[in-house]
Amino acid sequence: MSSIIDFFTALSRYDFLQSALITAIMVGMMSGIIGSFIILRGMSLMGDAISHAVLPGVAVAYMLGINILLGASVFGILAALLIGFVASHSKIKTDTSIGVVFSAFYALGFILISMAESSTNLHHILFGNILAVSDSDIMTTAVVLGIVLLFVVSFYKELLITSFDATYAQTYGLNVQALHYGLMLVLTLVTVSALQTVGIILVVAMLITPAATAYLWTDKLSTMLVLSAAVGVVSSIAGLYFSYTLNWASGPAIVLVAAVLFSISFVFSPKQGFIKFPAQARNKPNARGQQLLKVHTTAKAKELQ
Amino acid sequence: MLEIKNLTVAYNDIPVFADVAVSFNRGKITGIIGPNGAGKSTLIKAILGLVKSQSGTADYNGEPLKHFQKQIAYVEQRKDLDLTFPVDVFTLVQTGTYGHLGLFRNPGKKEKQASQAALVQVGLEDFATRQIGNLSGGQLQRVFVARAIVQQADIIILDEPFVGIDLQSETAIMKILKQWRDAGKTIIVVHHDLNKVSRYFDDLVVMNHGIIDYGPVQQVYNARNIERAFSADLSSVLFTEKEVAR
Repeated sequence: MSSIIDFFTALSRYDFLQSALITAIMVGMMSGIIGSFIILRGMSLMGDAISHAVLPGVAVAYMLGINILLGASVFGILAALLIGFVASHSKIKTDTSIGVVFSAFYALGFILISMAESSTNLHHILFGNILAVSDSDIMTTAVVLGIVLLFVVSFYKELLITSFDATYAQTYGLNVQALHYGLMLVLTLVTVSALQTVGIILVVAMLITPAATAYLWTDKLSTMLVLSAAVGVVSSIAGLYFSYTLNWASGPAIVLVAAVLFSISFVFSPKQGFIKFPAQARNKPNARGQQLLKVHTTAKAKELQ
Repeated sequence: MLEIKNLTVAYNDIPVFADVAVSFNRGKITGIIGPNGAGKSTLIKAILGLVKSQSGTADYNGEPLKHFQKQIAYVEQRKDLDLTFPVDVFTLVQTGTYGHLGLFRNPGKKEKQASQAALVQVGLEDFATRQIGNLSGGQLQRVFVARAIVQQADIIILDEPFVGIDLQSETAIMKILKQWRDAGKTIIVVHHDLNKVSRYFDDLVVMNHGIIDYGPVQQVYNARNIERAFSADLSSVLFTEKEVAR
């Protein structure tokens, strides 16, 4: 208990901790939202791939002294395009294509980083260093959060229908490809922001675990987005607390909290049904439905006679 | 009239059909029949532009069909959909308005009313808030037909709509198809159950890696065509009864 009070005292005293908290909240929110679409589209592996594939972009950005978002975006999109190209122009399946492309990008990134800078930087990129967040980092993260919210609000219905039924969207003339690459671009931006809090290796956990947790609790997409963002935020705050108090690395701390929230949901959520709730609580037809059911069953019974 | 000319589709250089010509009339329900792998689904997907065709044109009333993309409703086979997706019946029907709405416009009062009315038409108004995985196969198919209603299309294409559904749903869907027909729309149904062919369809296309025959159902649904598309055995089973009755 006293450690919680300590945490809040430190929070009011140290700027670096405030910056860390604000960043963690923003990253938790955006990765929860984008992650929801990633898991609903069955693209968890793609999320992992893109998050690793930005590494050479980060290295190049360091070398040239340009904004890290710019470098990362170029390589993130390049990887997404390459994955799509290889899969559609050969008999290789998409998951294999993802494996080949992202590991190559990741390897390239390693070599470029070792050429560019000291090993401390590499460590931070891989595992995150949320306590070293600068003011300009906060600004960048805020801009990315803005882009994510704008993207999802503007294209909500297109994201819904292409995630559920892309063939239908195609028949009414929606540019499904463009939306896919738009989502990949936004995913890349989120990845780069999450780099600071959890590091490249664990970004995929921030995308998938909160979204998967939310998915277990709701049947409505909009609710899922809000819930997933909330799980992301709670994990980030609690993870930061453990990181500060117990001197754990921030990334693993945040990811572990998210995993615990998922485990609790896995056991108790109604959708998972690990612990059974009374069936009628979930699928109760209303009065008219029941009446109809009755009529049907009697009609059917008569038919059978 | 929807007119297909010179249509060729091949997957990895193996032709499904070549140089196909067929037409579909307004105010008619046209069935497409043929054995498994005959290219029925491929034909409609090629018409819709969902699979690449090596050659061919599709014209609607003398103009390229591409110009009428928003006038086409397609009810695909349900097998590929993720039924655990967090979407309820009402929202799914409402996605039928997305094409006309275009980008950056959300469904308003008009779209919501249309969706509600379509649900009433297929008899599922009490299921509006159900997640789609909690429906029977027949109910789900009716939901997709409700979405096609909301699209207000002139051409409606359904791929195997009656597979694995209950009789009540089949009747409800058939009723809607007849309403569409009477409103002068073009309805195309890929179908596999030969028993109901003459009861359900006005026109018929018989396929087996190409068009065997097409035209009014009374002329086309005969022993010779069924024998050519399927087998002599099936043909004799289906048509001897009729012959005897005469």
